[in-house]
Amino acid sequence: MSPKKPKTLQSAPATKHEAQSESIKLRLCGVKKSFGSNQVLRGADLSIPQGKSLVIIGGSGTGKSVMLKCVLGLIAPDEGSILIDGQEIVGLNARERDRTMRKFGMLFQGGALFDSMRIWENIAFGLIQGRGMDPKDAKEIAIEKILAVGLRAEVAELYPAELSGGMQKRVGLARAIATNPEIIFFDEPTTGLDPIMADVINDMIVSSVKDLGATALSITHDMASARKIADYVAMIYQGKIIWQGPVEDLDHSGNEYVDQFIHGRAHGPMTDDEKKLQKAA
Amino acid sequence: MQSDTNINETATSNPAQQKALRVVALATNFFLDTAQAIGHTILNLFRTIGALSVFISRAVMHCFLPPFFPRLVLRQFIDIGYYSLPVVGMTALFTGMVLALQSYTGFARFNAESAVASVVVLSITRELAPVLAGLMVAGRVGASIAAEIATMRVTEQIDALTTLSVNPFKYLIAPRLIAGTLMLPILVLVGDIIGVFGGYLVSIYSLGFSPGSYLSQTWDILEKMDVISGLVKAGFFGFIVAAMGCYHGYNSGRGAQGVGAATTHAVVSSSILILISNYILTQIFFS
Repeated sequence: MSPKKPKTLQSAPATKHEAQSESIKLRLCGVKKSFGSNQVLRGADLSIPQGKSLVIIGGSGTGKSVMLKCVLGLIAPDEGSILIDGQEIVGLNARERDRTMRKFGMLFQGGALFDSMRIWENIAFGLIQGRGMDPKDAKEIAIEKILAVGLRAEVAELYPAELSGGMQKRVGLARAIATNPEIIFFDEPTTGLDPIMADVINDMIVSSVKDLGATALSITHDMASARKIADYVAMIYQGKIIWQGPVEDLDHSGNEYVDQFIHGRAHGPMTDDEKKLQKAA
Repeated sequence: MQSDTNINETATSNPAQQKALRVVALATNFFLDTAQAIGHTILNLFRTIGALSVFISRAVMHCFLPPFFPRLVLRQFIDIGYYSLPVVGMTALFTGMVLALQSYTGFARFNAESAVASVVVLSITRELAPVLAGLMVAGRVGASIAAEIATMRVTEQIDALTTLSVNPFKYLIAPRLIAGTLMLPILVLVGDIIGVFGGYLVSIYSLGFSPGSYLSQTWDILEKMDVISGLVKAGFFGFIVAAMGCYHGYNSGRGAQGVGAATTHAVVSSSILILISNYILTQIFFS
């Protein structure tokens, strides 16, 4: 049973409007993905202008991570189109996909650092293995990036297990920006961190994205983080983008689903939908 | 309608008929459940065979296509080959020793003690060294490959490889397959020598054989094909161990349970496949 469409549903009007004046770096059109009978993405539409930061918010199990994995090519969508600089990336062969991946940087939720490698090797990995750079030059860049994320150069010789969660996130960020990517993805960048460390990471994300002039796509539950790092916010609910707009409009979106989510209310349209679904089941 | 009701009433009011109906319903349910379970198992089996075939084809293809990672292959040579040497050596040594003892006590009943050297060398080179080394390596290396790759899967390190423009099949799977396939024959060759030496030790120092005649008998009976067949088997077994470890690790479920299950499945499936393929290869070589 599909939920009742919210009266205030907007289909990405803000960036559509913007899109006419700014070039679109990343666009998703009608992306669908199911796992067995579980339809996770039901036609997600999204667009991010060049050099802007878009944050996708939404509850657990709404399809945020699946959408991100579809863009990254880790999962193949069942239907729909994903365009980078106007070029379709769904169905690319391995070589073309590798070429596209070079435009990407990714900060994983748990850091996803390679635990058998030293910190500098982790950061330089994409440069050495992905781009064939000389390890000496790559190490210099890695140490630059370590300093850029506020860590001491001595950290370079340590292993991931020797670092705290916050330091691992910083290393993950350093790895994500080491190859100077055109698009950076952040998967729940502040999850599991204390509020101060979360804010530090947010600041670093903002400054890294600005310094690189990169386009950023983040997913998060953390509204403080979303407000800090976003130029635009999109809300995903039941596999569809139900609202998208500038971050300044978030508090007066006119969308009752967005209102419930950003204020963290236990009662509202989302919980009503859930109850209806439970009753129907 | 009225007559139906009457029949039903009659049927339900008769305890014997009620019991018979219940038995029929139970039997039908049991039959349907069993058929469903068999159907599920068969479908899962075909799905797994299909997925495994695709996985192995991709993995083998990446072994031959650049870019190559020689350092990683070398590291796997050391992990799979060098570090398995003590386990394989010990297994071969004691297997050779026990084989000499057992065959001596058995053959003594037919006054055929002189066949001990032949039995030891043929059994070790053709069967015991490759199969036991394969099984030991499945336990040591297959489990470790599955656990390592499954942990990388669970902690998103494999996804991270992809986002860093590195193909996980080339970086993780291909080096392990190459090392597994090439190192197990070397391990088995060493195991052959140690196993025969174990039999020699027992025969000379415990059973009173003459060293010269034992060695000459061993040498006379041994043919190239005996050793080669064992080494070819070992190559297959090494491939099986590495492929099963990689497959189950790469496709592991989430969390610690997923890693544990991947490890168990890798060891069990590679052990079973080693035993099955040993029979097939023996048929091919010696039938």
